[in-house]
Amino acid sequence: MFESVTPPPVRPLAPPKIQVRDLKLSYGAQEVLHGISFDVDRNDIFAIIGPAQSGKSTLLKCLNRTIELLPNARQSGQVLIDGVDVSELPSVYSLRRRVGMVAPLPVGLPLSIFDNVAFAPRASGFHDKQELAALVERCLRQAALWDEVKDRLHTLGTKLSGGQQQRLTIARALSHEPEVLCLDEFSIAIDPVTTMRIEDVLKELKQHMTIVLVTNLVQQARRLAGRTMFLWNGEIVEEGATDVVFSDQPQSRKTYDYVNGIFG
Amino acid sequence: MAATFAETPLIRSKHRQEAVVRVILGLMAFAMVLPLLAIVGYLVVQAWPLLSWDFLTQNPTGGMRKGGVWSALLGTIYLVTTSLVIAAPVGVLAAVYLNEYAKQGWLTRIINLAVVNLAGVPSIVHALFGLGAFVLFAGIGRSILAASLTLAIMTLPVIIASTKEALASVPMSFREACWNVGATRWQTIRGIVLPNSISGILTGVILQVSRTAGETAPIMFTGAVFFKRIPEGDPFAYGLYDQCMALSMHLFTITTQVTEAPKALPYATAVVLLGTVLLVNAVAIALRVKLRARKKW
Amino acid sequence: MGEQAMNLPPARVVSTRPVSASAGSPRGPRRNRFSVIGETVLEWVIRLCGISAILFVFGIFFFVLREGVGFLFGGLNLVQFFFSTEWYPTSVANVRYGVLALIAGTFSVTGLAMLIAVPFGLGAAIFVSEFCSERVRETLKVVIELLAAIPSVVWGFIGISLMNPLIQEVFHVPVGLNVLNGALLLALMSVPIMVSIGEDALKAVPDSFREASLAMGATRWQTVHRVLLPAAKNGLLAAVLLGVGRAVGETMAVLMATGHAVNIPKSPFDPVRTLTATIAAELGEASVGSPHYQVLFVIGILLFTITFAVNLTADMIVKRTRKH
Repeated sequence: MFESVTPPPVRPLAPPKIQVRDLKLSYGAQEVLHGISFDVDRNDIFAIIGPAQSGKSTLLKCLNRTIELLPNARQSGQVLIDGVDVSELPSVYSLRRRVGMVAPLPVGLPLSIFDNVAFAPRASGFHDKQELAALVERCLRQAALWDEVKDRLHTLGTKLSGGQQQRLTIARALSHEPEVLCLDEFSIAIDPVTTMRIEDVLKELKQHMTIVLVTNLVQQARRLAGRTMFLWNGEIVEEGATDVVFSDQPQSRKTYDYVNGIFG
Repeated sequence: MAATFAETPLIRSKHRQEAVVRVILGLMAFAMVLPLLAIVGYLVVQAWPLLSWDFLTQNPTGGMRKGGVWSALLGTIYLVTTSLVIAAPVGVLAAVYLNEYAKQGWLTRIINLAVVNLAGVPSIVHALFGLGAFVLFAGIGRSILAASLTLAIMTLPVIIASTKEALASVPMSFREACWNVGATRWQTIRGIVLPNSISGILTGVILQVSRTAGETAPIMFTGAVFFKRIPEGDPFAYGLYDQCMALSMHLFTITTQVTEAPKALPYATAVVLLGTVLLVNAVAIALRVKLRARKKW
Repeated sequence: MGEQAMNLPPARVVSTRPVSASAGSPRGPRRNRFSVIGETVLEWVIRLCGISAILFVFGIFFFVLREGVGFLFGGLNLVQFFFSTEWYPTSVANVRYGVLALIAGTFSVTGLAMLIAVPFGLGAAIFVSEFCSERVRETLKVVIELLAAIPSVVWGFIGISLMNPLIQEVFHVPVGLNVLNGALLLALMSVPIMVSIGEDALKAVPDSFREASLAMGATRWQTVHRVLLPAAKNGLLAAVLLGVGRAVGETMAVLMATGHAVNIPKSPFDPVRTLTATIAAELGEASVGSPHYQVLFVIGILLFTITFAVNLTADMIVKRTRKH
């Protein structure tokens, strides 16, 4: 009944940026991800959709190994970036600089706006004042925040509005020049106008990096992503080109129901 | 319909009962205010004839029946400073370990238990420990150093507890934001956690200043003496291996072992000690209030 | 439903690709060796400080035991030690080490103190937590903190100079240095602990309990004694226990205010000697290494054990609360 009518689009020739193979994750005795596998292409926006408690945030945490900071998380399977297993990298900190992360709730660190963005470069050894100033400006411009804060770079980051803090978080993530940018339901706590601005930013950024976007706004995935994955209860229901996933005939009935709001 | 909301006798008696209870509980609370004011007032009044700047800067003379408390005051300053220089870094770092590094396991549980129990050890048992470990075993002998080490171990658990509280008041989301950009644990602590908890840490340490100044038992057998002559006005009169006088010990001595002292003398000594302690506490409280107003988030 | 599993090519693990150990950015400086090593050293120092608390607790037990161990193995008569009221450590002809009177001294003073302090402390905790306005609360908390800051020796001095004549006058007794004097001082010293921990215990009860009770038309007081006190009873019990622990371990105030008689008190107006005061009073006279010296250390172990048990119990009670 729901056979694919259109042939799947041709996958790009370049090797995938991220490869996940048979990833299982449990918190204590409860398994949250049941052995999932997928690829993320370079310079693409890859959306992960699904209802709450599907394991979407957990999956992102496995990408930058912040899952290790949770007390009873146990992981098996592989996560490969550029063909290298991330758990075999000598420095987890350099991995986290290659994979940027934006959390659901906006966080402005209690430092000046300038120091917020300069935090990561300083931590990795950049101290040249001029270089830092140029870097901060570039990141704030890329995050569409520069015009609003350029005259008050030395005010506290915590005093900004929610939407501004979320863009500040993006600027912080950009400051260490990541190859992959992960966003975990970034629009939950911000207004629709800022959400649209950030979506424009993401469309611009995908030319320079690979973006993994977890979202509970199904339409956001449709707007932005080249490929979309529907994760449900720790298993992949469907993964494919966004056009197909959102079409009248995706590969699974469940996908159709979720995307059209019949459940979720 | 108006009858539904009318005050029945039951409701009225409930309210009366409530008012009575409120008064009783209020009196119980204020039963603490009264003794504090009464005690401080009584002490100051009795000490009045002897209170003066000279009292602070002169040594006790005439078999401790005349003069001032300079040698004791200086000794207390030495003991407090030395013990806090030892206890504060260890305590703060221990709290950093417990709050920032330790995983939820049996080891952490045991450490926390040890801290709680260390806090409950009676002061005289600390004195015995100091005598056995520092004076005798380590061979330091009765000295400011041994007494300070004893005091340091006494204040350690409280510094750990108050520092832990200060560190925990920094929201977890800040730490996560730092880890997400690749900062190490220490970079996060140094860059965000410590600068934003320093006021709480400082308040906790200052409060221990006042506690250390008031303790008698731990120093009685480890380094404080009945009497020692030192030159007046010289802030470096004591050495680390010397024995010293101390305000708390001095009050004890004058009260229990010096006969025929003028009536105001022990009161004046008590006022100096109590005044120092209350002043330091007031500074700490004021600091805490002021810094709470300047919250950064 | 791993519908996609079949279609994915197996992951290529390219292990020939060198990955630099501390890549900061694709270009630019890396953290120098010194700061990485320095940070590792610092983290070990921090870990060491962390376990220091355990070391010190064991250390205290060990060194106090060390000084007293001679007494324990040199013909100790346990029955006489614990059950005899005859404490004559300095007698040349007939030396006896019975601590029963001392234990009675400690517990009588502590017991009477708790009898006074617990109602006041809990009452004040309830008042501060549930019945007073913000400003009054701040003032009261400052007062409580200052009361807690008064040093033990100053309390002892107050016991001698103020309470002594007061008790003699009010109760018409010849001697004012007795159980009552010490108990009053200990009560004033323990109340602040009980108020602050008790208040914490009450604050830990969720507001939803209060709201639900008030919504049913209960008055504040009914809410307190029907809903909040039962809910907070573990924390309040812990508060009382910690107050007891403090009172048992108190030295200078009881040394100065309870008199010097070693006997079991028959009324609150009898002078007594506590375990703590005995050590403080006699350690100076006992020559190092003598049996008298050693038995004082053994009393120290006894005190350490009592307060350890009290604190452990209080801690377990609090932990049991948190599990709910």
